[in-house]
Amino acid sequence: MLEITSLTKRFGGLAAVNDVSIGFARGTINAIIGPNGAGKTTFFNLVSGAIAPTSGKVLFDGRDVTGLRADQVARLGMARTFQSTTLFDTATVLDNLIVGHRLRTQSGLLDVILGSKRLKDEERVCREKARAALDFVGLSHVENRIAGDISQEERKRVAFALALSTDPTLLLLDEPAGGVNPEETVGLANLIRKMADSGLTVCLIEHKMDMIMNLADKILVLNYGEKIAEGTPSEIRANPVVIEAYLGSEHAAA
Amino acid sequence: MKIRSPLFNSTTGWLLLLALAIAFPFLAGNDYHLTVMSTAYIYAVATIGLNLITGYTGQYNLAHSGFMAVGAYTVGILTVDHQVPFWIAFFLAGVFAAILGFFVGIVSLRLKTHFFSIFTLCVGYIMYLVIEKWESLTHGTVGIIGIPAPPDVAGIDFTSPRPQYYLVLFFLVASLWIMHRIVRSLLGRTFMAIRNGDDLAQALGINLMRNKLLAFMLSVFFAGLAGALYAGFVRFIGPGVASVEHTFDMTMYMLVGGIGTLLGPLLGAIGVPWLTQYLQVLQDYRFVVFGPLLVILVIFLPYGIVGTYMNRKRRKEALAAQAAAPAAPRNVTPISGAKGATHA
Amino acid sequence: MELFLQQVLNGLTLGGVYSLVALGLTLVYGILHVPNFAHGAFYMAGAYSAFFIMTKLGLNYWWGMLGAAVVVALISVLSERLVFHPLRKAPYLHHMIASIGILLFLEAGAQAIWGADFHRMDTPYTQLLEFGGLTLPAQRLLIIVAAFLLVGLLQLFLKKTVTGATIVAMAQNREGAALVGIDATRVAMMTFAIAGALAGMAAVLYAPINLVYTSMGNLVITKAFVIIVLGGMGSVPGAIVGGLIIGFAEAFGAFYISTDYKDIIAFALLVLILSVRPQGLFAKGAH
Repeated sequence: MLEITSLTKRFGGLAAVNDVSIGFARGTINAIIGPNGAGKTTFFNLVSGAIAPTSGKVLFDGRDVTGLRADQVARLGMARTFQSTTLFDTATVLDNLIVGHRLRTQSGLLDVILGSKRLKDEERVCREKARAALDFVGLSHVENRIAGDISQEERKRVAFALALSTDPTLLLLDEPAGGVNPEETVGLANLIRKMADSGLTVCLIEHKMDMIMNLADKILVLNYGEKIAEGTPSEIRANPVVIEAYLGSEHAAA
Repeated sequence: MKIRSPLFNSTTGWLLLLALAIAFPFLAGNDYHLTVMSTAYIYAVATIGLNLITGYTGQYNLAHSGFMAVGAYTVGILTVDHQVPFWIAFFLAGVFAAILGFFVGIVSLRLKTHFFSIFTLCVGYIMYLVIEKWESLTHGTVGIIGIPAPPDVAGIDFTSPRPQYYLVLFFLVASLWIMHRIVRSLLGRTFMAIRNGDDLAQALGINLMRNKLLAFMLSVFFAGLAGALYAGFVRFIGPGVASVEHTFDMTMYMLVGGIGTLLGPLLGAIGVPWLTQYLQVLQDYRFVVFGPLLVILVIFLPYGIVGTYMNRKRRKEALAAQAAAPAAPRNVTPISGAKGATHA
Repeated sequence: MELFLQQVLNGLTLGGVYSLVALGLTLVYGILHVPNFAHGAFYMAGAYSAFFIMTKLGLNYWWGMLGAAVVVALISVLSERLVFHPLRKAPYLHHMIASIGILLFLEAGAQAIWGADFHRMDTPYTQLLEFGGLTLPAQRLLIIVAAFLLVGLLQLFLKKTVTGATIVAMAQNREGAALVGIDATRVAMMTFAIAGALAGMAAVLYAPINLVYTSMGNLVITKAFVIIVLGGMGSVPGAIVGGLIIGFAEAFGAFYISTDYKDIIAFALLVLILSVRPQGLFAKGAH
C-alpha cells in the first residue's frame, strides 16, 4: 500500500537519501534500520511530506503523494510520530489527544463564533476518538493525569494514541521505543503488533535489534542514504552486506 | 488547557467580574478613575488580541501596536477628513486592520519564530514612520485632533465619562466572549497545537499557513478595534499610538497575568496600569521596574500569575482524581501474533 | 561626481557603524540562537557611559571610548549570566521577552538619570578635511578608519587565536562545539563581552554626529537585525558586507530618493527579501 520509487533527496552536493525503492504491503510491520546518519529519519520526512524530495515517487494507496505537504498527506491517512514527543505538558493527557481528530472535522471560525451544532458534534467526536485511542494503547487510567507527569514509556504510548486518533491507514513511527527499558520495549512491541492486527500498516525506525527481529515482517536496511538490503528478518540476519555494514559479525550466529 | 477555565469554574465567576465592572462607576471616586479604567479596558482588548497570536499560537507579533494605530487612524482620517459617520468608520477600522494583517501575514508567517518577530518589528517601524511622514494622509507629527465621539445612541450621550465607560466595557465583554469561544473550541486547540510545534501540528493534518493566518488576522482585528475605541474615546491621536512601546506594555500585561490564558491578559491589562497609577512617580520611568520585572517573570514565573495558579490547580485536581479512582493495573496487552514470546 | 563620492563616503560611514553593531549581534546570535533585542540598548549605554565620563569626569574622548567599551562589555556579560544563561532551555519567546526587558530597563534607566533630552557629545575631531573638492568632517573619517580597524582586529582575533576559533565554532554549531569539549560558559561570556564592546564603541564613534538620546539604539538595532538576517545569522562576513550594503543603500537613498523615508529603506529591503526568500540570503541549513 506504500510504493516508493527511486526516492532521492539532495542537500547541496550531498545525497541524504539516494535512489531508494521499496514497497510495503498492507497490514504489515516494516522496520527501517541502519547506522546513525544513514538517512532513516530523512526517509520518513520524505515519505510523510515534511520535506520535498529532489526526485522519485511515493505512491500511497495507489495515489501519488510525492511533494504534497505534510498536513495533506496526514489527511490522506498517513500518521507519524517523532523521535522526541512534544506534548502539552501542563494539560491532561486526554486534553492532549483531542486535537488529534481535528483533521477529520470541518468546523471553522463561523462555527466557533455561532456555537453551531456542527462544532458541538465534532468536538464530541474528537473527544470520543481520543478516549478510544487512549484505550487502545492501554492508558485509559491516565486520562486525567497531567501530561508532564507521566513516564517516558507512557509518553510514547500517548504519542501513538495521538497518531491513532487521526484515523490513519499507515503509521510511521520514529524510534517508538526510544529511552524505554527492555521490559517496556516488549510492551510497546506488542502494542505495535496489535496495531497491525487491527489492519494498520506500520513502518518504524528503530535501533533495538531484538525488538525488530521479533516484530517486523520486512526490514529495509539503509546505509549512507542508500538501500543496501531488503527482506525478512532471517534474510537480513544472514545477509553479509548488512552484517558488514551494520550488525557486526558477532550477530551472525544469532 | 481544560475546557472549563479552572479559576472561574463556571460562568458565575465571570458574571461576578462583570457585576463588579458594571458597579465600578458607582464605586469609583471620580471621573478620573473612570478614565483610567476605560483606557485600561481599551488596551485590554488589544492585549487579548496579542495573546491570541502570541500566547495561543506561539508567534510573537511586534507590530501589534502598529495595527492598533491603523484602527485608530482609520477612524480619525475617515471621520475628520472625510466626514464619514463614526460607526461606519469604526466598523471599517477592524476590517481594514484585518485586511492589512492578511497581507503582512502571508509574507511573514512563513518565517520561523524569531525571523517572524524581527520582521514584524520592522513592519511596526514602517507603520510608525509612514504615519509620521505621510503628512497629507495622517497629518504627520501633528496628529489628528477633534475626532468626534460616538454619536448618541438612544439618547445616551457618549461625550461624558460614564456612558463612555460602559461603551468600552461592552466591547471588552464582547471581545472576551468571542475569544472565550475561540480558545475553548477545536480552533483554539488547533492554534495551541501549532504553538506546541509546527512539525507535530502538520503531522496531525493541520494546515499551518491557513491557521496561522487566521489567528493573525483575528488578533490584529482586535488591535484595530481597540484602536478605533481609542480614537473615539481619547479623540486625539498621534504617531505615538503606533510606537512599539505599547506592544511592550501589552507584553508586560500578558506576562504578569499569564500568557496563553483568558483571564491572565485581562488581569494584567487592568492591574498593571492601576499599579503604575498608584506609583505615580513611576509613570514615565515605569520600565525601570517593568524591565527587570519582565525578566524575573520570564525566568521564574513564565506562566504568569493566573497561569501558574491554573497549572497548580489542574495538577491538584489530577492527583485527586488519581487517588479517588482505583489504580487500574496497566493493561498488559496479551501477546499475540505468530512471533511468540519475546525477551529483551 | 563629487556629490556621488560624497554619498560613497557617507555610505562608508554609516556602513562602518552598522557593521560594528551587526557584528556583535551576529556573534551573540550564534550563541543564543535568539536575536538579542537589548543590543540596541547596549549601544545607547555606550554613548551615555562615554558622555558621563567626558562631562562628569572631565576626561577626553578616547577615555570616553575606552570607558564605553568596558562598561558595555560588563553590562553585556551580566546580561548573559543573569538572564540568558538561566533561560537557555526555555522557549524562544521567553528569550525575546527577557531581552526586551533588559532593553526597557536600560532605556528607562538612562532617561531617569539624564532625562529625555538630546545631548551633544564633543569630539576633538571637528575639523573639515578637504580632498579635491570633497568635504569630509574629520569625525566621519575617524568612523570609517576606526570601523575598519576594529573589524580587521576582530577578524584577526577570530581567525588567528584559539579563543577566537572557539567562538566561531560555537557560533556555527553550539552542540558540536560542546561535544568537542569547548567551555561553553567562558566562550559565551567572552562573546557577549566583545559584542558589547563593539556596540559601545560604535555608539561613541557615531554620537558626535548624531547626538546622544535614550532611543538612539532603536533604529540602529532594528537595522542591525536586518543586516544579520540578510547576511546570515552567525556569519561574520555577512554582517560586514550586510552593514556596508545597508549603509550605502541609506546614504544613496537619502540623497537621491528622500531623506524623510531613508530609515524605511533597510526595513523595506528586509520585507522584500524575506518575502521572496524566507530563509534569508545566505541560509546555512535548518535554523
